[in-house]
Amino acid sequence: MEKKIIATTSLAGCFGCHMSVLDIDERILDLIELVEFNKSPVDDIKTFTKPVDIGIIEGGCCNSENVEVLRSFRKNCKILISLGECAIMGGLPALRNGIPIEECLNEAYINGPTVGLNTQHILPNDDELPMLLDKVYPCHEIVKIDYYLPGCPPRADLIWEALVALITGSKLDLPYEVIKFD
Amino acid sequence: MKDRIIEIISKYNGDSTRLMDILHDIQAHAGYIDEATIALLADKLTLSAAQIKETVSFYHFYSDKPLAKVNIYLNDSVTANMNGRKDVLKAFEDACGIKIGRVTTDGNIGLFSTSCIGMNDQEPAAIINDRVFTRLTPYRTKQIINGLKQGQHVKELVVEGCGDGNNALPIIDAMVYNNIRRKGALLSHDYPLFTVIKDILPKTSSEEITDIITESNIRGRGGAGFPTGLKWKFGSRAKGEHRFIICNADEGEPGTFKDRVLLTEYPEMVFEGMVAAGYAVGADIGLLYLRYEYKYLLVYLNGILENMRKNNFLGQSIAGIGDFDFDIRIQLGAGAYICGEESALIESLEGKRGEPRDKPPFPVEKGYLNLPTVVNNVETLATVVKIIKNGAAWYNQLGNKDSVGTKLLSISGDCRFPGIYEVEWGLKISDILAMCGANEVQAIQVGGPSGTLLGEKDFDRELSYSDLPTGGSMIVFNKNRDLLSEVVLNFMNFFIEESCGTCSTCRNMPYVLRGKLLKVINGRGVKTDIEDMVNWANLLKVSRCGLGQTAANPIVSSIRNFRHLYDALVQKEIEYDSGFSLETSVLESCKAVRRQPLFHHNA
Repeated sequence: MEKKIIATTSLAGCFGCHMSVLDIDERILDLIELVEFNKSPVDDIKTFTKPVDIGIIEGGCCNSENVEVLRSFRKNCKILISLGECAIMGGLPALRNGIPIEECLNEAYINGPTVGLNTQHILPNDDELPMLLDKVYPCHEIVKIDYYLPGCPPRADLIWEALVALITGSKLDLPYEVIKFD
Repeated sequence: MKDRIIEIISKYNGDSTRLMDILHDIQAHAGYIDEATIALLADKLTLSAAQIKETVSFYHFYSDKPLAKVNIYLNDSVTANMNGRKDVLKAFEDACGIKIGRVTTDGNIGLFSTSCIGMNDQEPAAIINDRVFTRLTPYRTKQIINGLKQGQHVKELVVEGCGDGNNALPIIDAMVYNNIRRKGALLSHDYPLFTVIKDILPKTSSEEITDIITESNIRGRGGAGFPTGLKWKFGSRAKGEHRFIICNADEGEPGTFKDRVLLTEYPEMVFEGMVAAGYAVGADIGLLYLRYEYKYLLVYLNGILENMRKNNFLGQSIAGIGDFDFDIRIQLGAGAYICGEESALIESLEGKRGEPRDKPPFPVEKGYLNLPTVVNNVETLATVVKIIKNGAAWYNQLGNKDSVGTKLLSISGDCRFPGIYEVEWGLKISDILAMCGANEVQAIQVGGPSGTLLGEKDFDRELSYSDLPTGGSMIVFNKNRDLLSEVVLNFMNFFIEESCGTCSTCRNMPYVLRGKLLKVINGRGVKTDIEDMVNWANLLKVSRCGLGQTAANPIVSSIRNFRHLYDALVQKEIEYDSGFSLETSVLESCKAVRRQPLFHHNA
């Protein structure tokens, strides 16, 4: 069987979902027989070099760069998977949703108890920086997402079973223990 | 201030279950309920400050911040909007110089939005310092604000005079109209008041009374339709030191105003029904939970109770029945639709947030103060009086086989004669529309937002518990109305505003569904959005109470019966559109940090 091409990224996430991928332990050797990684922090390929079969997204979108990366994944991947709470629902970063963005920025850069050196009270505004979105969005509110794997992080077994099922076309059997996560 | 609060607490014997009354008194005295007051209350009532804050923050008409001297609550119901609320609101905002939700800088006038206040037949309406103003126009609005600015009392601003019937009594003195358009078995004035208490109860056993009600086949008139006789039987069998009869006068379903009219014109019958229920169930205490929006009736109603006590229709050994003691107290709500749900109402009566309880146990077993409690609708209690007087057989002749008796309909919207109609069950929708003078009808909302939106193909259906149940709210929409943006969106806003927040489904899903609806209305929807709304709505079924379970009904029933409106708005040429715009979503943050948005569209 031809190897499937996989790409992964972490948007507004904590890389915990990527860590959970590594938690498949020695099965990673089996995985590498099934897939080839393209753009991904796993192999540090920065740009897409060929059409990708499966794109795995960790994290939601909190800024314009996240949106651009996610859109490029949609463009280059046949199938997109939202992996974990933040990609599916916004997760912890989405706690800022509902608080006016100016208030968040002032707390982070001007008024917060840990702000020491910003004597000129500058809010980061260089053109090189990504622009913050009005709220943190789950991925499916930006582009079409094909599959969702829940968890914070999703269990390694869930990621493994889901990937194998998707690649080999076998039936996916997910017992309750594998998808419950709180 | 502190002394006054202690005085208020002792007025209610330091009883923490009377927190609603205590907060009302403090709010009336101080204008709001501050941190220091909460701490003092916590101390004196042996509650935690958090418990008191929970209650204060839950209800619409309590405030933890200073309000204005004059507070205007402008109704936001669908009929208010159909009758020009937008212009009235603008006139208020312009005249006051503030946006809605704010108080003027001099602290004189506050302008707020509120959910349906039960005046659907005379909209747009507002409550100004507990006084109801109906049929507002931009012109009247300017006059009112000018009057207030010149220091006139709110009472002096009523130039319309009083409404009809008892509304004109000095003790009520409200510019509210009853608009009774059709009388039937319940509303016809053929009943000498208190006959049941005076002549029938002394000669009839409590079991016999319950049997009459059971045989009459009357079902709860609030909308859910539980057989009243059965409820009474359960209540009388449940064990407890006390039993309670609660009259649910918290009609908050947008579009319904029948209880307002019953309590204005037929309060004696309602109270007499409570006494009869108390006799049948073996209860000793009756509680009428009056929605805050009807506060203008409170003094009047208390006066009637006082007269009943004088005549021994309340109190000890009522009508000479040796062991029958029963009295009634009126509890004022504080603005929360959810308190119409019986267990939420009971929580509220105990001074807590109006959050529905898990059931079972049902209130008949463990209700108010965990004792057996029968909760009946105002209309049900008024009707039982006539049933006891005229007999079960008389009542069974009315209505149809599935649903006996009559029903009060509160009809509003696009019709010539909005108001109260008493009809027999089994009436066709088309007959209702003809009766109220509705032409060019596009749709009718049966049973309020939690009910169903019906179109022409359903106009030959009949009102009945098995097919078209209703608490009586009927709102008519003519062919010029945009059902999605004027009606469905308004109803979704209502459910989002009124969710108590206990169940995550009801707290969140209506937001998600409203987002989808707006996406469709704004032309960004796709076909799957319509299917998603129908499928996701099912999740709401796991909510604890009827509010959550029916919160998607405006969307689901409009998709079912007006699918073409949705189909016409969604994009045909593409299958997916998230509705997201990067360009607009960065505007707020770029403004905050003072930079120009910059995009790399070659990504």
